[in-house]
Amino acid sequence: MNPDASTIAAGAPIEVDLSPIAEGQDIKVFWRGKPIYISHRTKKQIEEARAVNVASLPDPQSDEARVKSGHDQWLVVIGICTHLGCIPIAHEGSYDGFFCPCHGSVYDTSGRIRQGPAPSNLAVPPYQFVSDTKIQIG
Amino acid sequence: MSGPSDYQPSNPALQWIERRLPIFGLIHSSFVAYPTPRNLNYWWTFGAILSFMLGMQILTGVILAMHYTPNADLAFKSVELIVRDVNYGWLLRNMHAVGASMFFVAVYVHMFRGLYYGSYKEPREVLWILGVIIYLLMMATGFMGYVLPWGQMSFWGATVITNLFSAVPYVGESIVTLLWGGYSVGNPTLNRFFSLHYLLPFVIAGVVVLHVWALHVAGQNNPDGVEPKTEKDTVPFTPHATIKDMFGVACFLLLYAWFIFYMPNYLGDADNYIPANPGVTPPHIVPEWYYLPFYAILRSIPDKLAGVIAMFGAIIILCFLPWLDSAKTRSSKYRPLAKQFFWIFVAVCILLGYLGAQPPEGIYVIAGRVLTFCYFAYFLIVLPLLARIEKPRPVPNSISDAVLAKTGSRSTPMVSTAIVLALAGSLFAGSIDSAKASEGSDTPPGNKWSFSGPFGTFDRGALQRGLKVYKEVCSSCHGLSYIAFRNLAEAGGPGYSVAQASAFASEYKVKDGPNDAGDMFERPGRPADYFPSPFPNEQAARAANGGAAPPDLSLITKARSYKRGFPWFIFDVFTQYQEQGPDYVTALLQGYEEKVPEGVTIPEGSYFNRYFPGHAIKMPKPLSDGQVTYDDGSPATVAQYAKDVTTFLMWTAEPHMEARKRLGFQVFVFLIVFAGLMYFTKKKVWAASH
Repeated sequence: MNPDASTIAAGAPIEVDLSPIAEGQDIKVFWRGKPIYISHRTKKQIEEARAVNVASLPDPQSDEARVKSGHDQWLVVIGICTHLGCIPIAHEGSYDGFFCPCHGSVYDTSGRIRQGPAPSNLAVPPYQFVSDTKIQIG
Repeated sequence: MSGPSDYQPSNPALQWIERRLPIFGLIHSSFVAYPTPRNLNYWWTFGAILSFMLGMQILTGVILAMHYTPNADLAFKSVELIVRDVNYGWLLRNMHAVGASMFFVAVYVHMFRGLYYGSYKEPREVLWILGVIIYLLMMATGFMGYVLPWGQMSFWGATVITNLFSAVPYVGESIVTLLWGGYSVGNPTLNRFFSLHYLLPFVIAGVVVLHVWALHVAGQNNPDGVEPKTEKDTVPFTPHATIKDMFGVACFLLLYAWFIFYMPNYLGDADNYIPANPGVTPPHIVPEWYYLPFYAILRSIPDKLAGVIAMFGAIIILCFLPWLDSAKTRSSKYRPLAKQFFWIFVAVCILLGYLGAQPPEGIYVIAGRVLTFCYFAYFLIVLPLLARIEKPRPVPNSISDAVLAKTGSRSTPMVSTAIVLALAGSLFAGSIDSAKASEGSDTPPGNKWSFSGPFGTFDRGALQRGLKVYKEVCSSCHGLSYIAFRNLAEAGGPGYSVAQASAFASEYKVKDGPNDAGDMFERPGRPADYFPSPFPNEQAARAANGGAAPPDLSLITKARSYKRGFPWFIFDVFTQYQEQGPDYVTALLQGYEEKVPEGVTIPEGSYFNRYFPGHAIKMPKPLSDGQVTYDDGSPATVAQYAKDVTTFLMWTAEPHMEARKRLGFQVFVFLIVFAGLMYFTKKKVWAASH
């Protein structure tokens, strides 16, 4: 009952062009049927994400560990709430990050869980920068 | 099933079979001669009701499966086509969907009856545990069945429920992938759920056989909880229990038919009339009502794994009930304290169900935690403790003594009644409070609709005018893709002739092909064609309308609703009020205001609408006075347009509504007569035994 060959093949890596995304904007792309948020973070958002005491977080992880160094403005996360799989809404909630409408989990500008029932941070999918304005997810 | 029978059929052919397979003897000893306690009350008819419902679900389900397509792209449409085009498809679908709810109503009554009368106690532990297994199988079957129509609630319900398994440490993620057959809920998930939804009812039927077998070995419990001792304590199953069960089933059918014919969507969710969309999560994900108490338990625990454990634990704990409650007296009739706590427990379950449907915030979270504690406390603290400290009243020597003495105490459970009232009151206050707090949109005013009520029919004039409004205004952006031109000439519709419908169709250009040269071409519409959509696909619709795709209007009056709140949703069952959708649509069309009230900000490219959730709607004001000319002299005002087009859209959402209500009346006349006949036959049969 595991995924069949065609499902696995359809889950191959995809390339996304980042150049049209202005600062402060984000886009949602689908990979393996999952929504992936790619946010072009503002200076303020990055500072907010780095200002917190990592040890005080429910799922401690530094912002540096969740983005690619040298591309700190780009946050790429799987837009699936780690509680029960709803899609959080970007730019909502009290931490300027994501807010899940189903059971009220709140994520910060680094996609880390800050409030609510979700047990862990929004997952970062495997990806790398092909060029400065293009990433490959998968 | 209670030992070898000495039954011999008189017909030689049956005798021949009986010697080789003693099946008639088995049936005779199990369902004819089988001794049943003579003091059983009507709560005992729910076993027969449940068997009937299982048969009903399997029968309607098998026929529905002949017309259903388990494919993520086609499932939603195939269900709509069943309702619209299959002969009596609307009836089959309503019977099956409402039947699931009724099945759970009956099973909850059956379980609470077992709880109240101590039917789980020695020697009926295995019988009880088999029942819990059936209940678990029913929940799995019901859940997977709810996924099949592939609406928004189907899809997101499936996502939330399958994600519960991701809470399992280490192997959780692999289990979830295994359930999905992919990386998310999708076509493979739908396919396997369909397969399992078809399989599990037969597994249930198998366990039901074991359940009945165990019942016939241990014998039925009864309201007094004393075992039958002599012949005087029992009556033969047929005709006594058979006729009583028939009367019970007939009464239950009245309730069932009430929902099938008059409120088919009351127990469902409006969001499920929106096709599944993996990119948009509905604001409130609510499971079917029968899971709500467990959903409330899940949500009231702030930790994911603990929440999942508590939710499953709430069901599994029932298996241990025979050992948690060690009191010797079975029936709560003779247990003054247990009786009080039982009713409190019933109230706790109902309130948990209510909380499961509320947003997880504020007072609801706290109330959910308190009630979750009460739920578990009943099993883990109250019942074991009562077994030790309670002093039960003396039980009668035998069933016939009990019947003769008619000892049933008439003291009303005062304490629990007071508690229930207090809790209901506080919830009522809470719901008013939250209604005030959620200033997202105004409640649409009620309207008088020609199609409401048990004898409602569509106003033909309004349907024809509404079609005109749709064609001249709405159709430039909104599709009507489930309606074919031929539908315009069908009974219960706008009342056009076949020729008129054909003429109407020929005014449209429909894309067809490919032709012999391999090209697509356009031709005039035929009656069998569907209304063409204004945009080739959703992306085009989105791009042309500033990012918000205009929804298809075929189902809009069923896909939109607003919260009725406590206690209105209870009154609605009796008044058959189910026009939230039309009320909302018509209010929305008239809800535009030039002046944006203070404190509300409307983004660029949006308009203020009083009734739209969040107030900022992308659709510009669609109707203005005098825009559409009416030939029949009706006022050419926005109010009239809104009302007409809403009536028309109610018809597009349910073209067979008039047939449904008409058949409903006939069924009710039949059922009332049938139930009456059963009642008087039952009285006659039982005359000597009371």
